Amino acid sequence: MKYAYYPGCSMECNAAAYEVSTQAVARVLGFELAEIDDWNCCGATEYFSQDELTACAVVARNLALVDSRTDQLVAPCAACYLNLAKTDKLMTDDPEMGRKINQALAAGSLHYEGGRVKVRHLLDVIYHDFGEEKIREKVVRPLDGLRVAPYYGCQVVRPIKGDDSTEYPMQMDEMFTWLGAEVVDYPVKAHCCGGHMTQISEPQAFELIRRLLQSAVDYEADMILCMCPMCQLNLDAYQSRVNGFFNTNFSMPIIYFTQMLGIAFGLDPKELGFGKELVAAEPVLKAKLTAKTTT
Amino acid sequence: MSDDTFEPKIVGFMCNWCSYRAADLAGSARIKYPPNVRIIRLMCSGRIDPAFVLKALSLGADGVMLAGCHPGECHYVDQNYKAMRRYYMLKHTLKSLGIEPERVQLVWASAAEGQHLAEAIEKLVADVKKLGPLRWPSNWKDNEDRLEALESIVKEHEEALEVES
Amino acid sequence: MAERIGIYVCHCGSNIAGTVDVEEVARWAGKNIDDVIVAKDYKFMCSSLGQAMIEEDIKKEGLTRVVVAACSPHLHEKTFRRACENAGLNPYLFQMTNLREHVSWVCNDKVKGTAKAKAMVAASAERVKYQQPLTPMYVDVNPATLVVGGGIAGLQAALELADAGYKVYLVEREPSVGGHMAQFDKTFPTLDCSACILTPKMSEAGQHENITLLTYSELEEVSGSVGNFKVKIRKKARYVDYDKCTGCGICSEKCPRKIVDEGFEAGLGTRKAIYTPFPQAVPRVPVIDTENCTYFTRGKCQVCSKVCPTEAIDYEQKDEMVEIEVGNIILATGWKLFDCKKIPQYGYGRLANVFTNMEFERLCNAAGPTNGKIVMRDGKTEPKSIAIIHCVGSRDVNFNEGCSAVCCMAALKLGHLILEKTKAEVYSFYIDMRTNQKMYEEFYQRLLHEGMHFVRGKVAEVTDAARNPNEQGKLIVQCEDTLLGKQRRIPVDMVVLMGAIEPQADAKELGLKCGISCSMAGWYTERHPKLDPVATMTDGVFVAGTCQGAKDIPASVAQGAAAAARVQGMITKGKVMIEPIVATINEEACSGCRICNNLCPYNAIEYLEDKGVSRVITALCKGCGTCVAACPAGVISASHFNNQQVFAEIEGALWDAIAECREPETV
Repeated sequence: MKYAYYPGCSMECNAAAYEVSTQAVARVLGFELAEIDDWNCCGATEYFSQDELTACAVVARNLALVDSRTDQLVAPCAACYLNLAKTDKLMTDDPEMGRKINQALAAGSLHYEGGRVKVRHLLDVIYHDFGEEKIREKVVRPLDGLRVAPYYGCQVVRPIKGDDSTEYPMQMDEMFTWLGAEVVDYPVKAHCCGGHMTQISEPQAFELIRRLLQSAVDYEADMILCMCPMCQLNLDAYQSRVNGFFNTNFSMPIIYFTQMLGIAFGLDPKELGFGKELVAAEPVLKAKLTAKTTT
Repeated sequence: MSDDTFEPKIVGFMCNWCSYRAADLAGSARIKYPPNVRIIRLMCSGRIDPAFVLKALSLGADGVMLAGCHPGECHYVDQNYKAMRRYYMLKHTLKSLGIEPERVQLVWASAAEGQHLAEAIEKLVADVKKLGPLRWPSNWKDNEDRLEALESIVKEHEEALEVES
Repeated sequence: MAERIGIYVCHCGSNIAGTVDVEEVARWAGKNIDDVIVAKDYKFMCSSLGQAMIEEDIKKEGLTRVVVAACSPHLHEKTFRRACENAGLNPYLFQMTNLREHVSWVCNDKVKGTAKAKAMVAASAERVKYQQPLTPMYVDVNPATLVVGGGIAGLQAALELADAGYKVYLVEREPSVGGHMAQFDKTFPTLDCSACILTPKMSEAGQHENITLLTYSELEEVSGSVGNFKVKIRKKARYVDYDKCTGCGICSEKCPRKIVDEGFEAGLGTRKAIYTPFPQAVPRVPVIDTENCTYFTRGKCQVCSKVCPTEAIDYEQKDEMVEIEVGNIILATGWKLFDCKKIPQYGYGRLANVFTNMEFERLCNAAGPTNGKIVMRDGKTEPKSIAIIHCVGSRDVNFNEGCSAVCCMAALKLGHLILEKTKAEVYSFYIDMRTNQKMYEEFYQRLLHEGMHFVRGKVAEVTDAARNPNEQGKLIVQCEDTLLGKQRRIPVDMVVLMGAIEPQADAKELGLKCGISCSMAGWYTERHPKLDPVATMTDGVFVAGTCQGAKDIPASVAQGAAAAARVQGMITKGKVMIEPIVATINEEACSGCRICNNLCPYNAIEYLEDKGVSRVITALCKGCGTCVAACPAGVISASHFNNQQVFAEIEGALWDAIAECREPETV
């Protein structure tokens, strides 16, 4: 199976672990992610509040560049996913907007018809296109005894409504029960991580991060699983600052869900980008996942 | 073909229970819509014989509206589904006859949806205005293509019947 | 011989005459439509003078057909049909043109309006020529009535009819009548005890000489039509002999198998494997729950049989089919509670101390599992604060768009009971407070004085993720207070979700059996939402109570009584008229292809094997005409809507188009 792939900027540096683990998992499950040629930045969250038309045109360029032989586009980053999906929806629902954007695209001899490409998040692809049976089949190292807290954040589940609950999503929860993990049903899994708030007001941002960490701790999670580079960055990189600010002592590894999928599939942690996270996952993995492997 | 003064003549077949009452409600609520649709009341949209539609078009109607209760709300349990099936077959036939299928539109309107029905009428009238007059009867003699298409459809039907027997 | 047609165009004051030149329409019709003898306009055609004018013309001018161009036939068709009949003309030789609702009220342009009016009058005039005299059919009404559903609405309907001296079969799916009302503690706004006012009605129904109670039974099949329905009912096996059992209850007492009662006690209490749902059950005959009974699951035990003093236990009992004949059917099948787990952010099923309103009713009820003590899920701790969340699954586009009508008042009632029984603080989280019946607003004011706290806003979530020490160990209700314009987080011990009132899961299926339909939301569709709220589109089938839409007890009782009154009307009349609009098959021309057979939802078309043709059973035909449109040979005819009539109507409606097309094209 082959999908068009929009990695987004983060995947090359701060989310390199997400990128390598995504590719590794894709190899195991047998699908190919064909990167869009010459893609550009999605504009993240800010650009849309500045000038919607320009922001859409910037995003639509990526949609227009999707190989005409495929109509499935995968984005692993929540913000990229939302911007791509939102632009596609705007162009489908509002023909006038679509016309204006295409005027802009015409300058680069490009054209995009709203609805041509189905924009999907990586979790949705793995959950739906492979599903329980195929994923269980590939598990060689069940995550027995590992307590994971799936963290969805906002932008994948809202405002574009997929088939998962927008308020209390379950698909990552389900997926990790297939892998044998103990899934922590903690109440803040779809609350906001603060996004770029750290750049605007640290106290506000830290409080949002603290709530997530605290709830995971209260529910005795071993690690939080992320599906977005921004969420991972906030929870991981700011954890020590949060500890300093609130006088707490969180030590919660923040890991991409694809990394743990890779572990369950029996891949080498090094291959999956482990070690790049700031709060090390190694002690937890060692303690919980001793050398038990099944074939 | 179309001009600003063209006022299409449209026949509307409405079921007694939902869509006819929706039209009544549009009246009671004084909702204005173009006066192009002449309404004929039937007991159910299931009564709409495709021949009614062809008859209307062949007499000079520029468009036809079929209206019934919403799927699942039919007064006669589920006869509107049968109307719907016929509608899609009819559209296919019209296309082969060279008649733009947009001239015949199916609408679901409950007795509480006067506004919805009025909007549907507005849309149909606008669509037909865009297409221009049909003038099927007067064009008929000159239109070899349509005749040919009609003959081929008749033949197809005959063949289909033969296979069955 | 040519028909003699009279055309009457009504001004309706200025309602029609305002946008249609009625005089011109009448003049035009008189001149241009063939066979028109009289064409008149009049100020108010429906007035006695207008009717008298028509009657007189029929007699004097020898009119054989009449067209009245006025308002909707749904308003005055009957009026003018009667006028025709008075003058000796068969009422089905009359046709009505709807100029008011369909022309003048929806059109601003008098020229265009007049043109449309002419076309519509022409349509009626062409059609009426082909109309045929028809005679309505009359059938006797069986005075027995079937009531489906033994809740308060069904009980009321059954008792009204039985007291009037008519036979009633009351079918209830559960082992006892009583319905949801039997589960409640108090009723708003008077706070009288639900059981105290309900149980007398239950026992009266159980003992009434005119009521046959069929509990633990379900409706299987309905055939026939108004006046003469044949109904098959499945009496599920109770495994207890109804006649031998005295209802002493020793079997339940001695039964060793105890299970959580998900039904009557809403999962908060227990019952035995052989049980009556509650002490005041009617009838008192218990049933065996075979899924949990030790004997049925493991083949050993039979304690109930050993202790029964009258040898009433019968493990071999089978489901029994009962066939009854009735003239009318009242559906009073009630509602079910919204599954609150569908809104996971409110925590039901995940957070122990989140309750549904039905659970809480049982918790408050003195006869309930805690003897009326309001305690948390641990069974002992009294809560210090309780939040009641309104509109859970109702007024919500994701689940039920409609308002459940009773929850505001039920929430106030629960609030009152909490304040009365505990020292807890009570918070109500509401979107709008709907207290619009007699004494309801007063009850709301009373609660405001009693100190219940009200927060206006839709709750975002109920969570145990504490943000500060105050919230530790509590359930936090987060909500935007739309009156303060602020986010609020209120920590409480217990949360009550006012779940939406939803249609029964099988309402649609049962509706189909009886030939009635449901609204988009799943409620039974009444004949008219305002003027005919308990009748349905199927003659002889009535609805009452919450199966028609969410409503409170007084409204359910009123509808039960109203349905009974309608049925009594039918019974006293003795005969019902059936509109002679039916399909008939010309058997001589029928090829027996049987295409029509499966199209009929009423099974009104039978196939005669010996003759190789199909035939319409007139008594079952409802006249929709679907088979008529489907017959490949065109040998099915619909009276009053036959092809000839409809074709003529189309021709009339397009008189101007026909004229235009006849003229040689100049372009």
